[in-house]
Amino acid sequence: MNPDQLPVLQVILPLLAAPCCLLLRHSRLAWCFAVLVGCLSLLIAATQLHAIHTSTSGSISYEIGGWAAPWGIEYRLDRLGGMVLLVLTSIAAVTLSVSRRLLQDEVPEDRHHLFFAIFLLCLAGLSGIVSTGDLFNVFVFLEIASLSSYVLISLGRSRRALVAAFQYLVMGTIGSTFILIGIGLAYMMTGTLNMADLSERLTMTLGSVYAEGASIENPELPVNQTRTILAAFAFLTVGLALKLALFPLHAWLPNAYATAPAVVSTFLSGTSTKVAYYVLLRVIFTIFGVAFTFEQVGLQYLLTPLAISAILVASTIAIYQGDLRRMLAYSSVAQIGYLVLGLSFGTEAGLTAGIVHLFNHALMKSGLFLVVGCIATRQSGLTLESIRGLGRRMPLTMAAFVVGGLGLIGVPLTSGFISKWLLVSAALEDGHWLVAVLVVVGSLLAVVYVWRVVEAAYFQEPDDETPSEPRDAPAGLLAAAWVLLGATLVFGIYTDLPVSVAREAAASLMGGGS
Amino acid sequence: MGLFNYWTVIVLMMIGFYTVIARNNLIKTMIGLGIFQVSVFMLYISMGKIADGTAPIRVQPSAGNEAFYSNPLPHVLILTAIVVGVATTALGLALVIRIREVYGSIEEDEILEMDRDS
Repeated sequence: MNPDQLPVLQVILPLLAAPCCLLLRHSRLAWCFAVLVGCLSLLIAATQLHAIHTSTSGSISYEIGGWAAPWGIEYRLDRLGGMVLLVLTSIAAVTLSVSRRLLQDEVPEDRHHLFFAIFLLCLAGLSGIVSTGDLFNVFVFLEIASLSSYVLISLGRSRRALVAAFQYLVMGTIGSTFILIGIGLAYMMTGTLNMADLSERLTMTLGSVYAEGASIENPELPVNQTRTILAAFAFLTVGLALKLALFPLHAWLPNAYATAPAVVSTFLSGTSTKVAYYVLLRVIFTIFGVAFTFEQVGLQYLLTPLAISAILVASTIAIYQGDLRRMLAYSSVAQIGYLVLGLSFGTEAGLTAGIVHLFNHALMKSGLFLVVGCIATRQSGLTLESIRGLGRRMPLTMAAFVVGGLGLIGVPLTSGFISKWLLVSAALEDGHWLVAVLVVVGSLLAVVYVWRVVEAAYFQEPDDETPSEPRDAPAGLLAAAWVLLGATLVFGIYTDLPVSVAREAAASLMGGGS
Repeated sequence: MGLFNYWTVIVLMMIGFYTVIARNNLIKTMIGLGIFQVSVFMLYISMGKIADGTAPIRVQPSAGNEAFYSNPLPHVLILTAIVVGVATTALGLALVIRIREVYGSIEEDEILEMDRDS
């Protein structure tokens, strides 16, 4: 196989596999096929990351149909993209491999093949967003991923899932229409959609971008100082903040994750908001550049307070949730605050912290949602009352939850500690000591909501005479949850791998935008 | 003419956006979302058009016959976005049908009220 074709295969493989799943019409067959595709995607992503690492330029690119950029559509992957793809496909592969067992209780068996088809479409959309170097392509893939996730969420057992999916559809469509407006306005001023080309033209003067003879009032004005570009930037940022569930635009997320089937919240919690964060990084650092974003617009004065309030408010709300899944969902909103906080410093250290946390949080939150799925296979209730004494009934399952919870808090030896550490030191490096203090306060709030689960599971007696002999979740499910959460422990001790990749990715992002 | 198209876009966009925010009825929300999306289609189509431009077809170059044509790219882009918009509307309406089957209502406040009780 020619390695040059990998960037496009990454997207095409799940995209073509999705309709094949429809034709298989058999639950087990479709599942085997989907798992195969998931593992192949993981293999492709790993090979690509290796290729990126060994290439001299630090990126690989593919021209669709042989049309050279900027006229044709280009797929371009650098270190950041390669890493996000690896996280995305590994979570997809793990989730797919246990999906059939988790689906048994939630989706009728004659509809499983439909589920796998939509799941693969979602994977294709998310991989496409990461791979493409064309801004309009980002919109198209974003819509493929979003439309399929609306469907996936609506499959939840409770009827609330339908309302949650509808609300997500409305807010998600507003978000992506904002992104579409932003792309249109940027195209209007520069005449290009290729990201690299866009960033170049944005810093040129109006006179040099437009053809000779065009009547321009002020040909010496740089393109990125026009009001149209400012509007484009505003639309893109707000649209992406909606997709990212950045506080206060997070209203869709808790309902969606709390009512979706367990396998869907496992997959989406680790991938969809992370990919939106990746696009935000691309827009801010690759296209518009550090100088424009942080000096001309001053986005940090908006993002830093929002990120801090996300951390504090969402963690506080999480403390008051009685339902495990809602608690995890609000904790996600808080963790997105940490991601955005890292980016809002506009420094290489902050960006490294954000990227490392993207990696860690994807693993932790997917693992935790998978643990909740494990609990759901043995009992119907997922509230704090119904998990009383669960530490004795499902010892290995709850142990996995504790590991994930410690990661959310940021206890040393878990990978959560590394990202918090990098974040706090990035804040102190910039002299934002108040921000550093608030990050620590956010971690203390996380201690409270994780403790409430631990207290209920280990220190409270179950109300009624439920069977008390240990009966853990099915072995396969448990193994998958431990793979994800065990990885956070491994990366908490051997921190070099994610941190060094993130540092290189951050350096190339900061250097990329002038 | 001048900025007439763009003003229309802004007015339509605000009408659609307001409908999405202010209306309780799920169908009306979908209608608002549709108007909101259509306004963006108009924005794209307007930006490609130039005064006195023809369709982008090849014209035999000869003296005094300079062809000005509209930029076809935004028009092609928006064709994709229209397809996306149709898919979104279809999916949204399908969800409304399912919601109506399960809840017996398509008024958002009634649905939320029902969930609060249960």
